[in-house]
Amino acid sequence: MIPLQNYLIFSAMLFSVGLAGALTRRNAILVLVGIELMLNAANLNFVAFWRFSSDPNAMAGLMFVLFSIAIAAAEAAVGLALIIAIYRHYKTTNLEKVNSLKG
Amino acid sequence: MMVQSSSLYLIPLMPLLAAGLIAVTRQPHRRFAASLAIGAMGISLLLSISAFVSTLGQTSAGAARSFSNFDWLQIGPATLRLGWVLDPLSAIMLVMVTFVGLLIFIYSVGYMAHDDNFTRFFCFLSLFAAAMLGLVIANNLLLLFMCWELVGLASYLLIGFWYHKPSAAAAAKKAFITTRIGDVVFLLGIVWLYSQAGTLLFYDHGHGCLEHLKLSELAGRTTVGGLAVSTGIGLLIFCGAIGKSGQVPLHVWLPDAMEGPTPVSALIHAATMVAAGVFLVARVYPLMAEPIPAPVGFVSAPFISALPVVAWVGAITAVFAACIAVAQTDIKRILAYSTVSQLGFMMIGLGVGGVAVGMFHLITHAFFKALLFMGAGSVIHGCHEEQDIRRLGGLKKYMPVTFATYAIGMMALSGVPLFFSGFWSKDGILEAAHTWKPSQGPFYLAAFGALLTAFYMTRQVCYVFFGNYRGAKGDHSHAADSLHGGEPHESPRVMTMPLAILAVFAVVLGFIGTPAWPWFQNYLGGENLPSGVGELFRHDVLYTILISTVIVTVGIGLGWRLYGGKPVTNPNEVDVLERWRPDIYGLLRNKFYVDELYEVTVIRFNAWFAAFCDSLDYWVWNGAVLAVSYLIVGIAWVDRVFDEYVINLGFDESCKGIADGGRLFSRLQNGRVQNYLRVIGVALAALVIFLVWGRKAS
Amino acid sequence: MQFAFAIIAALTLVSGIAAMSLRNLVHCALCLAVTFAGLAAMYLQLHAQFISFAQVLVYIGAVAILVVFAILLTRSGEPVTHPVVHSSWIVGVIIALLVFGVLTKVILSSSISSAALHPLPPKDGPSVREIGNSLMIDYVLPLQVIGLLLTAATIGAVIIAMHEPKISQPPASTPRVNGAEVPHASGHSAELTHHP
Repeated sequence: MIPLQNYLIFSAMLFSVGLAGALTRRNAILVLVGIELMLNAANLNFVAFWRFSSDPNAMAGLMFVLFSIAIAAAEAAVGLALIIAIYRHYKTTNLEKVNSLKG
Repeated sequence: MMVQSSSLYLIPLMPLLAAGLIAVTRQPHRRFAASLAIGAMGISLLLSISAFVSTLGQTSAGAARSFSNFDWLQIGPATLRLGWVLDPLSAIMLVMVTFVGLLIFIYSVGYMAHDDNFTRFFCFLSLFAAAMLGLVIANNLLLLFMCWELVGLASYLLIGFWYHKPSAAAAAKKAFITTRIGDVVFLLGIVWLYSQAGTLLFYDHGHGCLEHLKLSELAGRTTVGGLAVSTGIGLLIFCGAIGKSGQVPLHVWLPDAMEGPTPVSALIHAATMVAAGVFLVARVYPLMAEPIPAPVGFVSAPFISALPVVAWVGAITAVFAACIAVAQTDIKRILAYSTVSQLGFMMIGLGVGGVAVGMFHLITHAFFKALLFMGAGSVIHGCHEEQDIRRLGGLKKYMPVTFATYAIGMMALSGVPLFFSGFWSKDGILEAAHTWKPSQGPFYLAAFGALLTAFYMTRQVCYVFFGNYRGAKGDHSHAADSLHGGEPHESPRVMTMPLAILAVFAVVLGFIGTPAWPWFQNYLGGENLPSGVGELFRHDVLYTILISTVIVTVGIGLGWRLYGGKPVTNPNEVDVLERWRPDIYGLLRNKFYVDELYEVTVIRFNAWFAAFCDSLDYWVWNGAVLAVSYLIVGIAWVDRVFDEYVINLGFDESCKGIADGGRLFSRLQNGRVQNYLRVIGVALAALVIFLVWGRKAS
Repeated sequence: MQFAFAIIAALTLVSGIAAMSLRNLVHCALCLAVTFAGLAAMYLQLHAQFISFAQVLVYIGAVAILVVFAILLTRSGEPVTHPVVHSSWIVGVIIALLVFGVLTKVILSSSISSAALHPLPPKDGPSVREIGNSLMIDYVLPLQVIGLLLTAATIGAVIIAMHEPKISQPPASTPRVNGAEVPHASGHSAELTHHP
């Protein structure tokens, strides 16, 4: 069997990849993509912990992940809508150009 | 109406008020100014006559004296009191000053008629008259000194009346400064007197400084060199008289004072102001004379009074000035030196004979000298401002009235016997000098002086009135008198009338002081000298009468022989004396080079001292002030530097620091999302580290 | 099993890195989909079948597509000339590495790794009935909230991304309607007031 820490380390890797992308890419969409990756890594964490839990009938981990997926989808929708709106105003998705605090 | 001594102040007050009113009058109002001045003088004359009358008929000099004193200034516990005194001395002077003054005022109306500053002239004349009258009635030496200074001021103003002439301005300055030297010593004498006697009042019910109590006190004390205090004070006061009355060595201002208009010369420098010095000596005579009875302290040494000094100074002056007068060619200069010489005579009289002798000559001199000066003024006016006697001549037929009065004055001055006042007054002096015990020197000098007087007056009269007119005839350059033509003419009535009046007095006045009827001496001296024709033939009296007659005859004869017999025809012709002895003549003509001597010594020293003081002021005092100011500037500069660099810089730096800090912190809010994200990432890592390992460590 | 895990992990990781670093955004989106798929496979391995299906359906079917749509709508798919990363991309990478390091350290030093975790008895994973039961009974409240959330998110996304009709301005118009005059207004709020 694969030990738990493998999963955890893998999810940490995925998480940091997502974070690196969110921190370095200029395009706003890719920042969102990075965030999605991070969320997925977290989901993986939850599932891994659920799998290795001692209680056979515990469902909490799964439920959490379920809800997380739903929320991630909603959030992706709203975020991308926002990016589209911002694109309409600034005519660009370059985050370096979108830096004025007042509209 | 009798004038009380308490209302004596009215006499000088009248001219003073006139002077004040005229000072605010405008120049065109000539008649008003002149009538104001003459009117005031007339009132003063009336008051003086009534004051004089009130002093007559008194038994002694002491009884004839009345005074009134008042408190003037309070200085701590001491009170300074001033006052007026009416005694024979002041009464006779009052009458003389007001009478002669009035005549000269009237004369000035004619003389100054062409002058633009007519009104100003009368203002100054009135001021002078007020000061002189105040001087005469003063009962306090300080009040006398104040009026003395005022008289000097009026003299300065009048000598420099034509101030745009540089020579006149210089002469006025010279007069003022020279008399000032005398006045400083005078003031020292006053201060000394006050410190010794405690009072400056002359007469004060026995406590005055001229009264017996104080006098014996002063005479009893001694000072430097065994000199009595009263003698010392008297000598100092006499120095003031030396300055004012033009004795040697301070005589140099009088001849230069002839730059002023002729009425000024007549009034001030003949009759009144220069006589103030003689009057002063007469006034403080008790201080200068030997006290009677002899003071207690003096047993062995003889008492030395100040009078011998007075007599000798006068004698030297008399001869000195007479010598110079022989070689002068300006009509007024001759008269000026004659005045100096006659003042010397008066001093001799005071020194050897007493108050009455000196004062008699003063009174007679006032009248005939004023007459002579006014006559000279008439000549100058008639010959179109010509003053050089070599260019005059033959005026006898052009100006008969002037000639007649001038001749009378000349004979009075020379001392022509019996009928002329000068004879009797000069005779009194010679007699007193002859009977003076200490020395006969003054007598011989006085005799020589009288000889010279007769000589130079004859010379002058011959030059001016005899012979032919040597002036420029037909000279139409005198624009203002174009209707006169070039010939000399007689002066108007307003000028010749005073001449005539004075001429009468020049004759008549002599008779009040002859030995046959010594009214004047009795009046002033309070004695009761015997009278009667027999007095004339007393030994010493007769002796001096004969001596004076001889002197006068020799003098006039010599003069007539040299100048009258062959009158000079050419104006450029060299004088007889000059041909005979040019070196002596040159010395006399240049006034014994006294002025040059002063120029080299005193004036040069003064200039050097003034330059020294100036450099002291510039380098030392100025330097100190500059040093202080530079110090302040330096401090201010340091302050500024400190403020600019230290304080400002510190403040600027702290502000910049705050700004930089703010700028730094604003980067946290720069609107870049990914930066926020990065911070969150770092914070996450830090938090985890802290939570996991930080806890573990602790 | 380990081998499978390794392959799936490598695939997912590589495609994740590709998704983050490719130049062409469409390629990124596609790689993202692959990443999601790899994760689904990993869920399967963990006997969480329902989750993996949900992952495929939602993430790959909705989120990835949404990303593609967004790329399309923002014209980000066109080739670009400027650099795609920040001038300071190193900092981001370092921070990411730092976080990774911290996490790894925590994981490795915790009791999870030290304790010998035996493989558990094979768990088949819950059946759909069990998932449904726990959803409706134990977790009914979060379910309702999730429903509300999804509704709000949908409506919000629609409103935010809706194209505003351009309003031409008459001269004497009413005072500013929250920046409605400006053509390129930032006025979502104008939108809100405009439509009842």
